[in-house]
Amino acid sequence: MNRSASRRAPYDGIVVTTPVSIPYVRFSTRGAHWWIGRALAALVRDSGLSKDRFDGVCATSMSLAPDTAVGIVQHHGLTPRWLDFIPMGGVTGVVAMRRAARAVQAGDADIVACVAGDTNHIDSFRQGLENFSQFGKDAVYPIGTGGPNASFAFLTDYYMRTYGARREDFGRMCVAQRENALAYPHALFKAPLTLDQYMSARPIAEPVHLFDCVMPCAGAEAYLVMREDEARGLGLSFGRILGTIERHNAFPDDPVQYRGGWAMDSGELYGMAGVSPDDIDFFETYDDYPVINMLQFEDLGFCAKGEAPDFVRSHTMTTGGSFPINTSGGQLSVGQAGGAGGFLGTVEAIRQVTGQALGNPVPDARIGLVGGFGMISYDRGVCSAAAILAAGD
Amino acid sequence: MAAPLRKPKRKNPVLRTRAPMLPPAPRSRISLGLTSGAARGVFELQVCRDCGAVQYPPREGCRECLSDRLDWTPHSGRGELVAHTTLRHAMENYFRERLPWRLGIVKLDGDGAPGKSDSVAPSLIVHVHGDCAEPPARVRIRAMLDRSGQAVLLALPEKDTPHMSDDPQMRELTCDPKFRKVFVTDGKSPVGQAVVKAMIAAGSDLVWVGEAAPWKKIPGFEEIEALPEVTVVDLDVTNPDSVKRCAGQIGPKIDILVNTAEQHRAYSVGGRYGTENARAEMEINYFGLLRLAQEFGPVMMSRGADTETNAVAWVNILSIFALANMPDQSTFSASKAAAHSLAQAMRAGMHRSGVRVINLYPGPLDVEWNQELRPPKVTPAALARAIVGALQGGAEDVYPGDVAKDWYERWRRDPKVLERELAHGE
Repeated sequence: MNRSASRRAPYDGIVVTTPVSIPYVRFSTRGAHWWIGRALAALVRDSGLSKDRFDGVCATSMSLAPDTAVGIVQHHGLTPRWLDFIPMGGVTGVVAMRRAARAVQAGDADIVACVAGDTNHIDSFRQGLENFSQFGKDAVYPIGTGGPNASFAFLTDYYMRTYGARREDFGRMCVAQRENALAYPHALFKAPLTLDQYMSARPIAEPVHLFDCVMPCAGAEAYLVMREDEARGLGLSFGRILGTIERHNAFPDDPVQYRGGWAMDSGELYGMAGVSPDDIDFFETYDDYPVINMLQFEDLGFCAKGEAPDFVRSHTMTTGGSFPINTSGGQLSVGQAGGAGGFLGTVEAIRQVTGQALGNPVPDARIGLVGGFGMISYDRGVCSAAAILAAGD
Repeated sequence: MAAPLRKPKRKNPVLRTRAPMLPPAPRSRISLGLTSGAARGVFELQVCRDCGAVQYPPREGCRECLSDRLDWTPHSGRGELVAHTTLRHAMENYFRERLPWRLGIVKLDGDGAPGKSDSVAPSLIVHVHGDCAEPPARVRIRAMLDRSGQAVLLALPEKDTPHMSDDPQMRELTCDPKFRKVFVTDGKSPVGQAVVKAMIAAGSDLVWVGEAAPWKKIPGFEEIEALPEVTVVDLDVTNPDSVKRCAGQIGPKIDILVNTAEQHRAYSVGGRYGTENARAEMEINYFGLLRLAQEFGPVMMSRGADTETNAVAWVNILSIFALANMPDQSTFSASKAAAHSLAQAMRAGMHRSGVRVINLYPGPLDVEWNQELRPPKVTPAALARAIVGALQGGAEDVYPGDVAKDWYERWRRDPKVLERELAHGE
């Protein structure tokens, strides 16, 4: 595993900075370009840079069609020399970072704006599902799955059957994340959640119940990637990228997805970063459904396969707990703003390692892990990614 | 076990008839291969000709070896249900109106594909019959047409269970005659009489039977008339007023229409001078169907989702001669070809309501005008069984009899070769 890690050049001298979030709303009458435009404006405001200085743009959105990143730069008057569009849903926060970092490192761009934004009109979520992928259109949408609920119900059902997870275990994570969200100003869910409320929620697609499901919404997230000297010159707090991984279509022959691509690459991730799971101070998982948290705990080395239920039972997962996860509340409590859902954990991790948490800071947070999981097509999430970030100084 | 279906109460006429909603129909072109198999009642998946890997969902290239030589191949459908869920929420109105709804993932058996282990057999996301046990459970997969006319996969328990066809999800994929009201357009032919008996045996509790010429005494008809489920109605499909009157009388109540009206003579092109015989065949076999479609089609379409005994099927008895002309029965073949073409258009219209158009292409029937043909011939009872089988299964194209199956395979392979062989009496 470390053999491949040793081939990976470190991201020396490259930093992530200027985390911005545009407050989410359940439904928006604005277009996706509005949300992306607000995020770009927030980057300008918080960095003190003019938008002309963004000579690289890496963007994602699920509600921008027919436009792509090309439409974004024309719409908002940017003239970058490096442009990337990554329609990969839940891995985009990490994937944008690793691509932008290499571009800056190689001198192809100096300052890359990584931005994700989506609107959510009435019925746009259903329309998105209807046309999500060819496999989805042919083999899932026509049989009534109603989107990811059923797909994750299969994963959850299989996981519970195979490894003995109980609904309470998922509930512990949802309740902890809600507690974190209560301090995060942009979370859409602001009412406390008890385990009793979680357990008595109505079924959606058994064993998935209401509080296991993310709520689609509109929102935007963004950050900047630049050289360390540039950030210092601008007086910006920054975090360092210790390691990243990305994998697509891992383990395609597993009859039901019970592990993600992280299981192929976690050795490389920690080898590149030079840290171990014990060094992680907080973990921003990809949490569109809580079973995916468990897969990440296992596949990213916090416990063995099948032991995540015990792991969850033995930890508290609030910001002040023994294993803080999703310190802003995660998508389960903040909302899933389309492609911006893929950025939520990355932006929150940058805030935590730079001491800029909008909600509760994790005490002495130095090293954070971000998980990404994306694109539920047919029977599984196809994309997985992870990154380890560290405080800048 | 599925609860046996109870006879539905009479519908309250004050209540609005529920409009037919459909499951989503759009599919990629490549995936319509699955629909093509399901239309014939066959579960076929793409299998790579080069490496033997079984593919699903349908695709343009082999997921194992990148070959593009993927052949639609029958599969046993054996597999294991490995995960399941019961939907309590749905985005599409069709499912929203039918919740709860059970779905599952089935790991298909390798089916002995050469050089391939079971590990590369695909996982299928499927509808799950209520009698399938909790995972892990052995199941059988069938490809069936849904109310949009597109293929979907259904997991059935490994062995048949009592009242299996009464399962609500299964009944959505079939046109089961049980407790449905059937109209047989002509009860005076041997086929018509066999169909009436078969429908009653399959659980239909009301069968209207059309009679074009009340003065004609036909053997067996009195027996049909005396059946408690049967009501005889006047219908002459060559007479527009008669068709209209009949539709006004019973059209809004029909759940299944079986068009048994047929004119059949056995003449080659030169065997009968003039066009009178051909006109008579066209008048019943083609124009008769068109009149029925215009008068009965719209009202049946409006009832595509009307309670659990909704309008579900329109059955056409065509002929394998509709696909390739049998020279000794030239004008009959031509009239059936015309009806076949019209039936395709009916499908295009009626699928919007969920009413399935089922076409039967039997080989020569064992009836008087086929007296000179050698066996095998399809008995009226066998044809009636094939109709019931199609209604209870998920198919829409049926080829009853050995001759029909033989011709169909040859026609699929090369219609020109079949034409030439028929021209030479083969």
